[in-house]
Amino acid sequence: MTAISTSGLTKRFRGGQLAVDHIDLAVPLGSVYGFLGPNGSGKTTTIRMLLGLAYPTSGTASLLGVPMPDGATTVLHRVGSLVEGPAFYPFLAGADNLARYDAADRTADPATARARITEALDRVGLLAAAKKRYRHYSLGMKQRLAIAAGLLRPRELIILDEPTNGLDPQGTREVRALIRQIAADGTTVFVSSHLLAEVEQICTHVGVMRTGKLVFQGSLPELRRTGASRVSVQTADPEAAAKVLTGLGLADAQATEAGDVQAGDAQAGASAILGDASPEQVCAELVQAGIGVRGFAVVSPSLEDLFVGLTGEGFDVSG
Amino acid sequence: MSAGRFYASELRLVLLRRRNLLLLAVTAVFPLIIGIALRLAAPRPEGGDGGSGLAFFNQLAGNGVFLTFIALSTLLVLVLPVVVAVVAGDSVAGEAGYGTLRYLLAVPAGRTRLLAVKYGVIVTFALCATFIVSAVALAAGAALFPVGPVTLLSGTTVSLAAGLLRLLFVTLYVTAAMAALGAIGLAISTLTEHAIGAIATLMILVVTSEVIDNVPQLHAAGPYLPTHWWLSFDSLLRVPVDTSTLLRGLLSFAVYAVLFGSFAWARFTSADVTS
Repeated sequence: MTAISTSGLTKRFRGGQLAVDHIDLAVPLGSVYGFLGPNGSGKTTTIRMLLGLAYPTSGTASLLGVPMPDGATTVLHRVGSLVEGPAFYPFLAGADNLARYDAADRTADPATARARITEALDRVGLLAAAKKRYRHYSLGMKQRLAIAAGLLRPRELIILDEPTNGLDPQGTREVRALIRQIAADGTTVFVSSHLLAEVEQICTHVGVMRTGKLVFQGSLPELRRTGASRVSVQTADPEAAAKVLTGLGLADAQATEAGDVQAGDAQAGASAILGDASPEQVCAELVQAGIGVRGFAVVSPSLEDLFVGLTGEGFDVSG
Repeated sequence: MSAGRFYASELRLVLLRRRNLLLLAVTAVFPLIIGIALRLAAPRPEGGDGGSGLAFFNQLAGNGVFLTFIALSTLLVLVLPVVVAVVAGDSVAGEAGYGTLRYLLAVPAGRTRLLAVKYGVIVTFALCATFIVSAVALAAGAALFPVGPVTLLSGTTVSLAAGLLRLLFVTLYVTAAMAALGAIGLAISTLTEHAIGAIATLMILVVTSEVIDNVPQLHAAGPYLPTHWWLSFDSLLRVPVDTSTLLRGLLSFAVYAVLFGSFAWARFTSADVTS
Protein backbone atom coordinates (compact mmCIF):
# COMPACT_ATOMS: atom_id res chain seq x y z
CA MET A 1 0.00 0.00 0.00
CA THR A 2 1.13 3.53 -0.70
CA ALA A 3 0.29 6.62 1.31
CA ILE A 4 -0.81 8.44 -1.83
CA SER A 5 -1.23 7.06 -5.28
CA THR A 6 -2.81 8.57 -8.35
CA SER A 7 -3.28 7.23 -11.82
CA GLY A 8 -3.75 9.51 -14.78
CA LEU A 9 -5.06 12.18 -12.42
CA THR A 10 -6.22 15.10 -14.54
CA LYS A 11 -7.94 18.40 -13.86
CA ARG A 12 -9.17 20.64 -16.60
CA PHE A 13 -10.67 23.90 -15.39
CA ARG A 14 -13.93 25.14 -16.79
CA GLY A 15 -12.02 27.68 -18.86
CA GLY A 16 -10.33 24.77 -20.62
CA GLN A 17 -6.96 25.17 -18.95
CA LEU A 18 -5.27 21.87 -18.16
CA ALA A 19 -4.09 22.41 -14.56
CA VAL A 20 -3.07 18.83 -13.84
CA ASP A 21 -2.20 16.56 -16.73
CA HIS A 22 -2.27 12.80 -16.21
CA ILE A 23 -0.04 12.52 -13.19
CA ASP A 24 0.84 9.21 -11.54
CA LEU A 25 1.97 9.89 -8.00
CA ALA A 26 3.34 7.12 -5.80
CA VAL A 27 4.16 8.26 -2.29
CA PRO A 28 5.62 5.41 -0.22
CA LEU A 29 4.43 4.95 3.37
CA GLY A 30 6.84 6.48 5.83
CA SER A 31 8.47 8.76 3.29
CA VAL A 32 8.89 12.49 3.40
CA TYR A 33 7.82 13.39 -0.10
CA GLY A 34 8.70 16.78 -1.50
CA PHE A 35 6.14 17.86 -4.10
CA LEU A 36 8.02 20.48 -6.04
CA GLY A 37 7.27 22.86 -8.83
CA PRO A 38 6.98 26.55 -9.60
CA ASN A 39 3.87 28.47 -8.59
CA GLY A 40 1.07 27.63 -10.98
CA SER A 41 2.43 24.22 -11.92
CA GLY A 42 -0.62 22.39 -10.53
CA LYS A 43 0.57 21.41 -7.05
CA THR A 44 -2.30 22.93 -5.11
CA THR A 45 -4.91 21.68 -7.58
CA THR A 46 -3.47 18.18 -7.16
CA ILE A 47 -3.65 18.49 -3.37
CA ARG A 48 -7.24 19.72 -3.60
CA MET A 49 -8.12 16.64 -5.60
CA LEU A 50 -6.29 14.36 -3.16
CA LEU A 51 -8.35 15.80 -0.31
CA GLY A 52 -11.65 15.56 -2.18
CA LEU A 53 -12.10 19.34 -2.34
CA ALA A 54 -11.97 19.35 -6.13
CA TYR A 55 -13.15 16.56 -8.37
CA PRO A 56 -10.80 15.19 -11.03
CA THR A 57 -11.75 15.53 -14.68
CA SER A 58 -10.36 12.06 -15.21
CA GLY A 59 -8.06 9.59 -13.48
CA THR A 60 -8.11 8.24 -9.96
CA ALA A 61 -6.51 9.02 -6.63
CA SER A 62 -6.30 7.18 -3.36
CA LEU A 63 -5.14 8.07 0.13
CA LEU A 64 -3.88 5.25 2.37
CA GLY A 65 -5.41 2.81 -0.08
CA VAL A 66 -8.87 4.41 0.03
CA PRO A 67 -10.17 5.85 -3.24
CA MET A 68 -10.87 9.59 -3.25
CA PRO A 69 -13.09 11.55 -3.34
CA ASP A 70 -15.63 8.78 -2.59
CA GLY A 71 -13.78 7.67 0.53
CA ALA A 72 -13.38 11.20 1.92
CA THR A 73 -15.44 10.66 5.04
CA THR A 74 -13.80 7.33 5.84
CA VAL A 75 -10.14 8.21 5.36
CA LEU A 76 -9.61 11.95 5.82
CA HIS A 77 -9.62 11.76 9.63
CA ARG A 78 -6.40 9.76 9.30
CA VAL A 79 -4.93 12.57 7.21
CA GLY A 80 -3.85 15.96 8.49
CA SER A 81 -3.65 18.78 6.00
CA LEU A 82 -2.68 22.34 5.32
CA VAL A 83 -4.05 23.59 2.01
CA GLU A 84 -3.18 26.91 0.42
CA GLY A 85 -2.35 28.72 3.60
CA PRO A 86 -4.03 28.73 7.00
CA ALA A 87 -7.72 29.61 7.34
CA PHE A 88 -9.50 30.14 10.64
CA TYR A 89 -12.27 32.26 12.16
CA PRO A 90 -10.67 35.62 12.93
CA PHE A 91 -13.03 36.31 15.83
CA LEU A 92 -12.19 33.07 17.65
CA ALA A 93 -9.15 32.40 19.80
CA GLY A 94 -6.55 29.88 18.61
CA ALA A 95 -7.75 27.08 20.90
CA ASP A 96 -11.41 27.75 20.03
CA ASN A 97 -10.55 27.54 16.35
CA LEU A 98 -9.03 24.11 16.87
CA ALA A 99 -12.07 23.08 18.93
CA ARG A 100 -14.28 24.11 16.03
CA TYR A 101 -12.48 21.84 13.56
CA ASP A 102 -12.37 19.04 16.10
CA ALA A 103 -16.13 19.32 16.66
CA ALA A 104 -16.70 18.86 12.95
CA ASP A 105 -14.88 15.51 13.08
CA ARG A 106 -17.45 12.83 13.78
CA THR A 107 -14.79 10.30 14.75
CA ALA A 108 -13.00 12.54 17.25
CA ASP A 109 -13.58 11.80 20.92
CA PRO A 110 -15.09 14.88 22.58
CA ALA A 111 -13.87 13.73 25.98
CA THR A 112 -10.24 14.11 24.96
CA ALA A 113 -10.71 17.23 22.82
CA ARG A 114 -9.31 19.66 25.35
CA ALA A 115 -6.22 17.56 26.02
CA ARG A 116 -5.60 16.98 22.33
CA ILE A 117 -5.95 20.69 21.53
CA THR A 118 -3.53 21.60 24.29
CA GLU A 119 -1.05 19.02 23.07
CA ALA A 120 -1.29 20.18 19.46
CA LEU A 121 -0.79 23.81 20.47
CA ASP A 122 2.13 22.79 22.62
CA ARG A 123 3.75 20.92 19.75
CA VAL A 124 3.78 23.99 17.56
CA GLY A 125 4.72 26.31 20.42
CA LEU A 126 1.46 28.23 20.54
CA LEU A 127 0.29 27.29 24.01
CA ALA A 128 0.92 30.80 25.28
CA ALA A 129 -1.28 32.24 22.52
CA ALA A 130 -4.11 29.72 22.94
CA LYS A 131 -6.58 32.32 24.20
CA LYS A 132 -5.51 35.04 21.79
CA ARG A 133 -7.86 35.82 18.91
CA TYR A 134 -6.68 34.49 15.55
CA ARG A 135 -7.09 38.02 14.16
CA HIS A 136 -4.12 39.11 16.26
CA TYR A 137 -1.82 36.24 15.25
CA SER A 138 1.31 36.92 13.22
CA LEU A 139 1.76 35.16 9.89
CA GLY A 140 4.10 32.61 11.43
CA MET A 141 1.65 31.90 14.26
CA LYS A 142 -1.18 31.41 11.76
CA GLN A 143 0.91 28.93 9.83
CA ARG A 144 1.76 27.05 13.01
CA LEU A 145 -1.87 26.99 14.11
CA ALA A 146 -2.74 25.41 10.78
CA ILE A 147 -0.13 22.73 11.38
CA ALA A 148 -1.53 22.25 14.88
CA ALA A 149 -4.95 21.61 13.33
CA GLY A 150 -3.32 18.86 11.31
CA LEU A 151 -1.92 17.36 14.49
CA LEU A 152 -5.17 17.28 16.50
CA ARG A 153 -5.22 13.53 16.17
CA PRO A 154 -2.59 10.91 15.47
CA ARG A 155 -2.32 10.90 11.68
CA GLU A 156 -0.90 8.39 9.26
CA LEU A 157 -0.36 11.00 6.60
CA ILE A 158 0.16 14.75 6.71
CA ILE A 159 -0.28 16.85 3.59
CA LEU A 160 1.32 20.27 3.82
CA ASP A 161 0.86 22.71 0.98
CA GLU A 162 3.63 25.32 1.04
CA PRO A 163 3.95 25.25 4.84
CA THR A 164 6.79 27.77 4.82
CA ASN A 165 5.11 30.30 2.55
CA GLY A 166 5.60 33.80 3.86
CA LEU A 167 7.71 32.71 6.81
CA ASP A 168 11.01 34.31 7.76
CA PRO A 169 14.13 32.10 7.81
CA GLN A 170 13.66 31.42 11.51
CA GLY A 171 10.04 30.35 10.95
CA THR A 172 11.05 28.22 7.99
CA ARG A 173 13.61 26.44 10.16
CA GLU A 174 11.00 25.82 12.85
CA VAL A 175 8.56 24.33 10.36
CA ARG A 176 11.31 22.13 8.97
CA ALA A 177 12.14 20.88 12.46
CA LEU A 178 8.47 20.19 13.05
CA ILE A 179 8.20 18.18 9.83
CA ARG A 180 11.26 16.14 10.85
CA GLN A 181 9.63 15.46 14.18
CA ILE A 182 6.35 14.39 12.58
CA ALA A 183 8.20 12.10 10.19
CA ALA A 184 10.20 10.63 13.06
CA ASP A 185 6.90 9.45 14.56
CA GLY A 186 6.36 7.32 11.47
CA THR A 187 3.86 9.65 9.80
CA THR A 188 4.16 9.98 6.03
CA VAL A 189 4.67 13.61 5.10
CA PHE A 190 3.70 15.04 1.71
CA VAL A 191 5.01 18.57 1.52
CA SER A 192 4.71 20.90 -1.45
CA SER A 193 7.06 23.75 -2.13
CA HIS A 194 8.23 25.91 -4.99
CA LEU A 195 11.68 26.01 -3.42
CA LEU A 196 13.80 22.90 -3.53
CA ALA A 197 16.19 24.32 -0.94
CA GLU A 198 13.40 24.44 1.66
CA VAL A 199 12.65 20.74 1.55
CA GLU A 200 15.85 19.23 0.18
CA GLN A 201 17.25 18.56 3.64
CA ILE A 202 14.18 16.74 4.94
CA CYS A 203 12.87 14.81 1.93
CA THR A 204 13.46 11.19 1.13
CA HIS A 205 11.53 11.39 -2.14
CA VAL A 206 10.59 14.14 -4.56
CA GLY A 207 8.09 14.66 -7.32
CA VAL A 208 8.64 17.57 -9.66
CA MET A 209 5.75 19.29 -11.42
CA ARG A 210 5.97 21.47 -14.48
CA THR A 211 2.89 22.99 -16.11
CA GLY A 212 0.62 20.28 -14.79
CA LYS A 213 2.88 17.35 -15.58
CA LEU A 214 4.91 15.24 -13.19
CA VAL A 215 8.31 15.49 -14.85
CA PHE A 216 10.25 13.52 -12.23
CA GLN A 217 9.45 11.24 -9.34
CA GLY A 218 11.83 9.23 -7.21
CA SER A 219 14.25 9.31 -4.31
CA LEU A 220 16.79 12.11 -3.98
CA PRO A 221 19.72 9.86 -5.04
CA GLU A 222 17.69 8.94 -8.10
CA LEU A 223 17.23 12.61 -8.90
CA ARG A 224 20.96 13.16 -8.50
CA ARG A 225 21.71 10.33 -10.90
CA THR A 226 19.69 12.03 -13.62
CA GLY A 227 22.26 14.80 -13.67
CA ALA A 228 25.22 14.16 -15.97
CA SER A 229 28.68 15.19 -14.73
CA ARG A 230 30.60 17.37 -17.13
CA VAL A 231 34.31 17.80 -17.73
CA SER A 232 35.35 21.38 -17.96
CA VAL A 233 38.68 22.55 -19.39
CA GLN A 234 40.16 26.01 -19.10
CA THR A 235 42.24 26.84 -22.09
CA ALA A 236 43.15 29.65 -24.44
CA ASP A 237 41.96 27.57 -27.36
CA PRO A 238 38.33 26.61 -26.65
CA GLU A 239 37.41 25.59 -30.19
CA ALA A 240 40.26 23.12 -30.53
CA ALA A 241 39.57 21.73 -27.06
CA ALA A 242 35.89 21.23 -27.89
CA LYS A 243 36.90 19.41 -31.07
CA VAL A 244 39.13 17.07 -29.08
CA LEU A 245 36.32 16.38 -26.59
CA THR A 246 33.95 15.56 -29.44
CA GLY A 247 36.64 13.40 -30.97
CA LEU A 248 36.79 11.42 -27.71
CA GLY A 249 33.11 10.65 -28.14
CA LEU A 250 31.88 12.98 -25.39
CA ALA A 251 28.39 14.39 -25.89
CA ASP A 252 27.35 18.03 -25.90
CA ALA A 253 30.82 19.53 -26.27
CA GLN A 254 30.69 23.31 -26.01
CA ALA A 255 33.32 25.98 -26.40
CA THR A 256 33.16 29.04 -24.19
CA GLU A 257 34.95 32.22 -25.30
CA ALA A 258 36.59 34.48 -22.75
CA GLY A 259 34.21 37.10 -21.47
CA ASP A 260 31.19 34.99 -22.35
CA VAL A 261 29.46 35.50 -19.06
CA GLN A 262 26.90 32.80 -19.57
CA ALA A 263 26.95 30.39 -16.64
CA GLY A 264 28.93 32.94 -14.75
CA ASP A 265 32.48 32.05 -15.80
CA ALA A 266 34.51 34.47 -17.78
CA GLN A 267 37.22 31.93 -18.37
CA ALA A 268 37.69 30.66 -21.89
CA GLY A 269 37.37 26.92 -22.17
CA ALA A 270 35.34 23.95 -23.25
CA SER A 271 33.08 21.46 -21.57
CA ALA A 272 31.25 18.24 -22.36
CA ILE A 273 29.26 15.50 -20.66
CA LEU A 274 31.72 13.07 -19.13
CA GLY A 275 29.62 9.96 -19.54
CA ASP A 276 31.61 6.75 -19.08
CA ALA A 277 34.95 8.26 -20.03
CA SER A 278 37.63 8.55 -17.39
CA PRO A 279 38.62 12.12 -16.59
CA GLU A 280 42.32 11.16 -16.42
CA GLN A 281 42.25 9.88 -19.97
CA VAL A 282 40.36 12.93 -21.23
CA CYS A 283 42.94 15.21 -19.66
CA ALA A 284 45.82 13.19 -21.16
CA GLU A 285 44.23 13.24 -24.61
CA LEU A 286 43.80 17.01 -24.44
CA VAL A 287 47.43 17.53 -23.53
CA GLN A 288 48.49 15.05 -26.23
CA ALA A 289 46.48 17.04 -28.79
CA GLY A 290 48.53 20.06 -27.90
CA ILE A 291 45.85 21.96 -26.00
CA GLY A 292 47.29 24.20 -23.34
CA VAL A 293 45.32 23.09 -20.30
CA ARG A 294 45.13 25.79 -17.63
CA GLY A 295 42.55 24.07 -15.49
CA PHE A 296 40.60 20.85 -15.54
CA ALA A 297 37.57 19.85 -13.47
CA VAL A 298 34.71 17.37 -13.26
CA VAL A 299 31.52 19.17 -12.26
CA SER A 300 28.40 17.45 -10.90
CA PRO A 301 25.22 19.52 -11.13
CA SER A 302 23.68 20.58 -7.84
CA LEU A 303 20.15 19.46 -7.02
CA GLU A 304 19.13 23.05 -7.58
CA ASP A 305 20.52 22.92 -11.14
CA LEU A 306 18.65 19.68 -11.78
CA PHE A 307 15.48 21.15 -10.34
CA VAL A 308 15.73 24.26 -12.48
CA GLY A 309 16.53 22.04 -15.46
CA LEU A 310 13.28 20.18 -14.85
CA THR A 311 11.02 23.11 -14.10
CA GLY A 312 12.52 25.85 -16.24
CA GLU A 313 14.00 29.14 -15.08
CA GLY A 314 12.33 31.30 -12.48
CA PHE A 315 9.71 33.34 -14.25
CA ASP A 316 9.31 31.02 -17.16
CA VAL A 317 5.89 29.79 -16.08
CA SER A 318 4.28 28.38 -19.16
CA GLY A 319 0.52 28.15 -19.42
CA MET B 1 -21.95 9.85 16.14
CA SER B 2 -21.40 13.27 17.65
CA ALA B 3 -23.42 15.09 15.00
CA GLY B 4 -24.79 16.85 18.05
CA ARG B 5 -21.34 18.15 18.85
CA PHE B 6 -20.93 19.65 15.39
CA TYR B 7 -24.41 21.17 15.61
CA ALA B 8 -23.62 22.63 19.03
CA SER B 9 -20.36 24.06 17.71
CA GLU B 10 -22.16 25.61 14.74
CA LEU B 11 -24.90 27.01 16.94
CA ARG B 12 -22.34 28.53 19.29
CA LEU B 13 -20.49 30.03 16.36
CA VAL B 14 -23.68 31.66 15.04
CA LEU B 15 -25.23 32.67 18.36
CA LEU B 16 -22.05 34.12 19.81
CA ARG B 17 -21.21 36.25 16.77
CA ARG B 18 -21.60 39.81 17.96
CA ARG B 19 -23.34 40.73 14.71
CA ASN B 20 -25.99 38.04 15.16
CA LEU B 21 -26.52 38.89 18.81
CA LEU B 22 -27.07 42.48 17.78
CA LEU B 23 -29.65 41.38 15.22
CA LEU B 24 -31.54 39.43 17.88
CA ALA B 25 -31.35 42.40 20.22
CA VAL B 26 -32.79 44.68 17.54
CA THR B 27 -35.52 42.13 16.90
CA ALA B 28 -36.36 42.25 20.60
CA VAL B 29 -36.48 46.03 20.70
CA PHE B 30 -39.02 46.39 17.88
CA PRO B 31 -42.05 44.91 19.73
CA LEU B 32 -41.25 47.23 22.63
CA ILE B 33 -41.18 50.29 20.39
CA ILE B 34 -44.38 49.25 18.61
CA GLY B 35 -46.11 48.60 21.94
CA ILE B 36 -45.11 51.92 23.43
CA ALA B 37 -46.02 53.82 20.27
CA LEU B 38 -49.44 52.22 20.13
CA ARG B 39 -50.02 52.86 23.83
CA LEU B 40 -49.23 56.54 23.35
CA ALA B 41 -51.41 56.92 20.27
CA ALA B 42 -54.54 55.08 21.32
CA PRO B 43 -55.86 53.09 18.37
CA ARG B 44 -58.88 54.55 16.65
CA PRO B 45 -61.30 51.83 15.60
CA GLU B 46 -62.42 52.64 12.07
CA GLY B 47 -64.11 49.50 10.93
CA GLY B 48 -64.54 48.90 7.22
CA ASP B 49 -62.24 46.68 5.27
CA GLY B 50 -58.73 46.76 6.49
CA GLY B 51 -55.87 44.32 6.21
CA SER B 52 -55.36 41.79 8.92
CA GLY B 53 -52.81 44.19 10.39
CA LEU B 54 -55.55 46.77 10.91
CA ALA B 55 -57.79 44.15 12.45
CA PHE B 56 -55.08 43.39 14.99
CA PHE B 57 -54.74 47.05 15.80
CA ASN B 58 -58.44 47.28 16.55
CA GLN B 59 -58.18 44.40 18.96
CA LEU B 60 -55.10 45.66 20.75
CA ALA B 61 -56.80 48.26 22.90
CA GLY B 62 -58.88 45.48 24.38
CA ASN B 63 -56.16 42.90 24.81
CA GLY B 64 -52.36 43.13 25.11
CA VAL B 65 -51.94 39.66 23.60
CA PHE B 66 -52.63 41.19 20.21
CA LEU B 67 -49.38 43.10 20.39
CA THR B 68 -47.69 39.79 19.52
CA PHE B 69 -49.64 39.46 16.26
CA ILE B 70 -49.03 43.10 15.42
CA ALA B 71 -45.32 42.72 16.09
CA LEU B 72 -45.03 39.51 14.09
CA SER B 73 -46.91 40.89 11.08
CA THR B 74 -44.93 44.13 11.15
CA LEU B 75 -41.54 42.47 11.53
CA LEU B 76 -42.35 39.86 8.88
CA VAL B 77 -42.20 42.53 6.20
CA LEU B 78 -38.51 43.22 6.58
CA VAL B 79 -36.87 42.69 9.96
CA LEU B 80 -37.32 38.94 10.41
CA PRO B 81 -36.36 38.21 6.78
CA VAL B 82 -33.20 40.28 7.24
CA VAL B 83 -32.30 38.40 10.41
CA VAL B 84 -32.75 35.06 8.67
CA ALA B 85 -31.05 36.27 5.48
CA VAL B 86 -27.91 37.31 7.36
CA VAL B 87 -27.45 33.91 8.95
CA ALA B 88 -28.56 31.86 5.94
CA GLY B 89 -26.62 33.90 3.39
CA ASP B 90 -23.52 33.72 5.55
CA SER B 91 -23.81 29.99 6.25
CA VAL B 92 -21.74 28.50 3.44
CA ALA B 93 -20.49 31.65 1.70
CA GLY B 94 -19.02 32.95 4.96
CA GLU B 95 -17.03 29.74 5.47
CA ALA B 96 -15.86 29.93 1.86
CA GLY B 97 -14.85 33.54 2.37
CA TYR B 98 -12.77 32.73 5.45
CA GLY B 99 -11.32 29.68 3.70
CA THR B 100 -12.51 27.55 6.61
CA LEU B 101 -14.78 25.60 4.27
CA ARG B 102 -11.87 23.66 2.77
CA TYR B 103 -10.59 22.79 6.23
CA LEU B 104 -14.01 21.69 7.47
CA LEU B 105 -14.30 19.42 4.45
CA ALA B 106 -10.77 18.10 4.96
CA VAL B 107 -11.54 17.32 8.63
CA PRO B 108 -13.75 15.65 7.16
CA ALA B 109 -17.08 17.16 8.13
CA GLY B 110 -18.80 15.51 5.15
CA ARG B 111 -20.51 17.72 2.60
CA THR B 112 -24.07 16.52 3.23
CA ARG B 113 -23.57 16.54 6.97
CA LEU B 114 -22.12 20.05 6.91
CA LEU B 115 -25.07 21.31 4.89
CA ALA B 116 -27.57 19.60 7.21
CA VAL B 117 -25.93 21.12 10.28
CA LYS B 118 -25.87 24.54 8.61
CA TYR B 119 -29.58 24.33 7.81
CA GLY B 120 -30.41 23.03 11.27
CA VAL B 121 -28.76 26.08 12.79
CA ILE B 122 -30.48 28.47 10.36
CA VAL B 123 -33.86 27.06 11.43
CA THR B 124 -32.86 27.23 15.10
CA PHE B 125 -31.84 30.84 14.68
CA ALA B 126 -35.13 31.66 12.91
CA LEU B 127 -36.96 29.95 15.78
CA CYS B 128 -35.05 32.07 18.30
CA ALA B 129 -35.86 35.27 16.41
CA THR B 130 -39.60 34.60 16.08
CA PHE B 131 -39.97 33.45 19.67
CA ILE B 132 -38.07 36.48 20.89
CA VAL B 133 -40.54 38.69 19.03
CA SER B 134 -43.53 36.83 20.48
CA ALA B 135 -42.12 36.72 24.01
CA VAL B 136 -41.10 40.37 24.13
CA ALA B 137 -44.36 41.47 22.51
CA LEU B 138 -46.36 39.39 24.96
CA ALA B 139 -44.51 40.86 27.93
CA ALA B 140 -44.81 44.40 26.58
CA GLY B 141 -48.47 43.84 25.70
CA ALA B 142 -49.22 42.61 29.20
CA ALA B 143 -47.44 45.57 30.72
CA LEU B 144 -49.03 48.21 28.52
CA PHE B 145 -52.55 46.91 27.88
CA PRO B 146 -55.20 44.92 29.69
CA VAL B 147 -54.93 41.16 29.34
CA GLY B 148 -57.76 38.69 29.50
CA PRO B 149 -59.84 36.28 27.45
CA VAL B 150 -58.95 36.75 23.79
CA THR B 151 -61.56 37.94 21.32
CA LEU B 152 -60.52 36.46 17.99
CA LEU B 153 -60.86 38.11 14.59
CA SER B 154 -64.04 36.14 13.93
CA GLY B 155 -65.58 37.69 17.02
CA THR B 156 -65.47 34.59 19.16
CA THR B 157 -63.91 34.93 22.57
CA VAL B 158 -61.64 32.20 23.87
CA SER B 159 -59.90 31.83 27.22
CA LEU B 160 -56.50 33.44 27.72
CA ALA B 161 -54.88 30.00 27.81
CA ALA B 162 -56.50 29.05 24.50
CA GLY B 163 -55.40 32.41 23.10
CA LEU B 164 -51.81 31.80 24.14
CA LEU B 165 -51.90 28.33 22.58
CA ARG B 166 -52.95 29.98 19.32
CA LEU B 167 -50.06 32.43 19.75
CA LEU B 168 -47.71 29.45 20.03
CA PHE B 169 -49.05 28.05 16.76
CA VAL B 170 -48.80 31.43 15.07
CA THR B 171 -45.17 31.73 16.16
CA LEU B 172 -44.43 28.24 14.86
CA TYR B 173 -46.14 29.09 11.56
CA VAL B 174 -43.97 32.19 11.20
CA THR B 175 -40.92 30.07 12.04
CA ALA B 176 -41.90 27.68 9.24
CA ALA B 177 -42.11 30.62 6.85
CA MET B 178 -38.65 31.77 7.92
CA ALA B 179 -37.28 28.23 7.70
CA ALA B 180 -38.37 28.09 4.05
CA LEU B 181 -36.68 31.44 3.45
CA GLY B 182 -33.60 30.01 5.16
CA ALA B 183 -33.49 27.16 2.66
CA ILE B 184 -33.49 29.64 -0.21
CA GLY B 185 -30.70 31.54 1.55
CA LEU B 186 -28.70 28.36 2.06
CA ALA B 187 -28.97 27.56 -1.66
CA ILE B 188 -27.81 31.05 -2.65
CA SER B 189 -25.02 30.78 -0.12
CA THR B 190 -23.54 27.73 -1.85
CA LEU B 191 -23.11 29.75 -5.04
CA THR B 192 -20.65 32.34 -3.82
CA GLU B 193 -17.86 33.02 -1.39
CA HIS B 194 -19.13 36.51 -0.66
CA ALA B 195 -21.55 36.31 2.26
CA ILE B 196 -22.73 39.86 1.76
CA GLY B 197 -23.66 39.10 -1.83
CA ALA B 198 -25.73 36.10 -0.78
CA ILE B 199 -27.49 38.12 1.93
CA ALA B 200 -28.27 40.96 -0.46
CA THR B 201 -29.51 38.59 -3.15
CA LEU B 202 -31.90 36.95 -0.71
CA MET B 203 -33.24 40.30 0.48
CA ILE B 204 -33.76 41.49 -3.08
CA LEU B 205 -35.69 38.29 -3.68
CA VAL B 206 -37.89 38.91 -0.64
CA VAL B 207 -38.65 42.50 -1.58
CA THR B 208 -39.30 41.60 -5.22
CA SER B 209 -41.68 38.86 -4.13
CA GLU B 210 -43.50 41.24 -1.80
CA VAL B 211 -43.80 43.87 -4.52
CA ILE B 212 -45.12 41.43 -7.10
CA ASP B 213 -47.55 40.11 -4.51
CA ASN B 214 -48.97 43.63 -4.18
CA VAL B 215 -49.44 44.30 -7.90
CA PRO B 216 -53.10 43.52 -8.70
CA GLN B 217 -52.29 42.73 -12.35
CA LEU B 218 -49.93 39.98 -11.21
CA HIS B 219 -52.53 38.51 -8.92
CA ALA B 220 -52.31 35.08 -10.54
CA ALA B 221 -48.65 34.70 -9.56
CA GLY B 222 -49.40 35.47 -5.93
CA PRO B 223 -49.87 32.02 -4.42
CA TYR B 224 -46.58 30.82 -5.89
CA LEU B 225 -44.48 33.59 -4.39
CA PRO B 226 -42.26 32.70 -1.44
CA THR B 227 -43.63 35.54 0.69
CA HIS B 228 -47.33 35.21 -0.22
CA TRP B 229 -48.41 33.03 2.70
CA TRP B 230 -46.32 34.60 5.42
CA LEU B 231 -49.14 36.69 6.90
CA SER B 232 -51.74 33.96 6.58
CA PHE B 233 -51.23 33.12 10.23
CA ASP B 234 -54.33 35.20 10.90
CA SER B 235 -56.22 32.07 9.83
CA LEU B 236 -55.31 30.70 13.23
CA LEU B 237 -57.13 33.56 14.90
CA ARG B 238 -60.57 32.60 13.67
CA VAL B 239 -63.19 30.11 14.74
CA PRO B 240 -63.25 27.79 13.01
CA VAL B 241 -59.57 27.90 12.03
CA ASP B 242 -59.17 28.45 8.29
CA THR B 243 -57.17 25.26 7.83
CA SER B 244 -57.20 25.25 4.04
CA THR B 245 -55.33 28.57 3.86
CA LEU B 246 -53.02 27.46 6.63
CA LEU B 247 -52.22 24.18 4.93
CA ARG B 248 -51.64 25.85 1.60
CA GLY B 249 -49.20 28.17 3.34
CA LEU B 250 -47.38 25.32 5.03
CA LEU B 251 -47.33 23.40 1.74
CA SER B 252 -45.79 26.41 0.01
CA PHE B 253 -43.10 26.61 2.71
CA ALA B 254 -42.40 22.89 2.46
CA VAL B 255 -42.12 23.03 -1.33
CA TYR B 256 -39.73 25.96 -1.17
CA ALA B 257 -37.66 24.31 1.54
CA VAL B 258 -37.41 20.99 -0.31
CA LEU B 259 -36.77 22.60 -3.68
CA PHE B 260 -34.04 24.92 -2.54
CA GLY B 261 -32.67 22.45 0.00
CA SER B 262 -32.23 19.94 -2.83
CA PHE B 263 -30.64 22.56 -5.03
CA ALA B 264 -28.21 23.48 -2.26
CA TRP B 265 -27.36 19.82 -1.74
CA ALA B 266 -26.90 19.08 -5.44
CA ARG B 267 -24.71 22.11 -5.88
CA PHE B 268 -22.67 21.71 -2.70
CA THR B 269 -21.94 18.02 -3.11
CA SER B 270 -20.84 18.34 -6.73
CA ALA B 271 -18.95 21.62 -6.94
CA ASP B 272 -15.21 22.04 -6.46
CA VAL B 273 -14.28 24.01 -3.38
CA THR B 274 -11.93 26.62 -4.76
CA SER B 275 -11.90 29.09 -1.90
